[in-house]
Amino acid sequence: MTQITTIAQKTIAPPRRFARLSRAMRNLRRSPVGLIGFVIVGFVLMAALFAPLLAPHEPTRLQLGQRFLPPFWLEGGSWTYPLGTDQLGRDMWSRILYGARISVIVGVTASIFSGIIGVGIGLLAGFYGGWVDSFLSRVIDTFLAIPFIVLALAVITVLEPGLLNLIIVLSVTGWVTYARVVRGEVFAVKERDYVLAARVIGVSNTMIALRHVLPNIFASVIVLTTLNVATTIIAESSLSFLGLGVQPPTITWGSMLSEGREHIATSWWLATFPGVAITIAVLGIIFLGDWLRDVLDPKMKD
Amino acid sequence: MATYLIRRVLQMIPVLILLTLIIFGVTRLRGDPTLQFVEPNASQEEIEVARRAFGFDRPLHEQYLSFLGGALRGDFGDSLRYRTDAMSLVLERVPATLNLTLAALLVSWIIALPTGLISALKQNSAIDLAATSISVVGRAMPNYWMGIMFILIFSVQLGWLPVSGTGDWRHLVLPATTLGLGVATTLTRLIRSSMLEVIRQEYITTARSKGLSEWAVIVRHALRNSLISVVTIFGLQIGWLLGGAVIVEQVFAWPGMGRLMLQAVYTRDLAVMQAGVFVSAVIIMVLNLLVDLSYTILDPRIRYR
Repeated sequence: MTQITTIAQKTIAPPRRFARLSRAMRNLRRSPVGLIGFVIVGFVLMAALFAPLLAPHEPTRLQLGQRFLPPFWLEGGSWTYPLGTDQLGRDMWSRILYGARISVIVGVTASIFSGIIGVGIGLLAGFYGGWVDSFLSRVIDTFLAIPFIVLALAVITVLEPGLLNLIIVLSVTGWVTYARVVRGEVFAVKERDYVLAARVIGVSNTMIALRHVLPNIFASVIVLTTLNVATTIIAESSLSFLGLGVQPPTITWGSMLSEGREHIATSWWLATFPGVAITIAVLGIIFLGDWLRDVLDPKMKD
Repeated sequence: MATYLIRRVLQMIPVLILLTLIIFGVTRLRGDPTLQFVEPNASQEEIEVARRAFGFDRPLHEQYLSFLGGALRGDFGDSLRYRTDAMSLVLERVPATLNLTLAALLVSWIIALPTGLISALKQNSAIDLAATSISVVGRAMPNYWMGIMFILIFSVQLGWLPVSGTGDWRHLVLPATTLGLGVATTLTRLIRSSMLEVIRQEYITTARSKGLSEWAVIVRHALRNSLISVVTIFGLQIGWLLGGAVIVEQVFAWPGMGRLMLQAVYTRDLAVMQAGVFVSAVIIMVLNLLVDLSYTILDPRIRYR
C-alpha cells in the first residue's frame, strides 16, 4: 500500500504552469499577431483607466455651435476635434475614449462570472457523469436553443436596463460555451493516471475535482475567458445599440452608434468611428486569445 | 430512419420542458409578475383583480403547471399592447424572419464555399491570405454595424438599394447580406480547415492516382467528406443566425419576430416576449434536427437507427 501511495503521489505532481507562462512571454516577441493583440488590449485598457487624462475635451459637454464638425482630414475639420463632433457638438474622440470604460468593465466582469458558472457546471457534468451529466447536458442544450440576444431581451423585459442587470444578463447567457468545453476536457482528464492514482489513495471527489482536474483544464479556461471578453463586448454593444444596455448619460460605443445612425445621411463619421473602435478592440482581444491558445494549449483549436 | 426521427423528437421533450421552466423563471426574476401584465397606471384594486385573474396568488408550482399547460398548447395569454393572442402575433411574424434567415444562409454558403475551398487548395497564396484576414476582421465586426456601413455605402452614397423596410427582393439584399456575412466568416474558416485536413488523407491520393480528374477528386471526394464536419459545427451557428436576425431586423426595419420582440421589451409586453422566446427556441431545435438529418445526404455511410 505504501508503495502505491508513493507512486500515486509522484504521478499526481501537476505540470508546472508558471514555467509555461514565462515561456509564453518570451514567445510573444516572435509572434507579430500576439504582439499586435497585446498592444491593442493595452491601449484599450489605458483608455478605460485614464480616459479623463487622455480625452482632450469633456465628453458630455454640449456645444451647439460646434455640431457635426467633420474629422480633421475633411474640409471644415480641425485637430481640435480630431474625429469631429456629434449632433450635440460633443467631441467624438473623447467620447470614444470614455466609451472604452463600459466595454472593459462589462466585458471583463461578465466573462469572469459566466466563467465561474460555466466551469462549475462543466466540472459537475464531466466529473460526476451519469444522471448529473445527462441532466446538465439537457440544460446546456436548452440554453443553446435560445439565442443569446433573445434570452437577454426576455430578462431585460423583467429587469430594468442598467449596468448591474447588463452584467447579470450577459453572465446568465454566456456560461454555456465554458460549460461545454470544460465538460469535454474533464471527461478526458479524469481518465488520466494521476487522477486514477489520486482515487486509489482515497482522495475525495471534491478534492480531485478541485486539486487535480481543475488545474489541468486551467489553460483552456484562460483562453476561453479571453475570447469570451471579445464576444461579450460585441454583445454589450449590441444591447446598448438597442437601448437596452447602460443608459445615457453614460457613454457606450453601442449607444453612440445608435445615435449616429440617425444622422447617417449627413454625417457619416458619427456611426463609423464607434464601430471602428469596437472592431479594433475586439480584434485585439481575439489576437491575444488566439496567441494564448497557441502557447498555453496547442491542442485546442476552435 | 423513422426510429431515429422518433427518438430525436422524444429527446426534445425534456428540452422543451426546461425551456418553459427558464421562460417561467425569467418572468419571476422580480417576484410577483402582476405589474408586468397590467397597465402602468392601474389602481391597487385593478392590480389585485389581475393578480387573481392570472393566478399569481397561487403557490409557485401550481402557477408553473398551469403555465406549462398553456405553453404546450401555445397559449401564452394576450398581448398587453395589441390585446390579442400573443402566440398568433408571433407566428404572423415568423415567415418574415425565416425569409431573412434562409436568404442569409444562402448568402453565407455562396460566399464561404468558394472562398474556403480556394483558400484550402491554394494554401498560403495571396487569395488565402486575403480571405483569412477578411474573415478574422469580420469576426471582430459587430454585425449590426456592418449593416449600418452597408446602408451608408449602398443606400446613402450609391443609392443602389433601399435603406430599410420591405417590398421587392431589393429590400432583402442588404439585411440578408449583413446577416449572411456574419456567418460566412466562421463558415469560411471551417471549410478551409476541414478541407486542409481531408486533402492530406490517403483516399485523396488514391483517387488521384487512379486517374480521376482534379474536379472529381476535389468535389466528389474531398469536399463531400469535409462538409460532414463543417455541417456538424455549422448546426451550432443556427442559433447565432436567429439571434443576429433580431438586431439586423431592427437596423433595417424588417418586420420579423425580432422587431416584435424588441417592441415587446420597450412596452414590457411579457406575453409576447414569452411566446417569442418559445417560438425561436422551437425553430432552432427543428432546424438543428434538419441539419442532423442532412448528414445522410452528405454521407451515405451514416444510417440512422
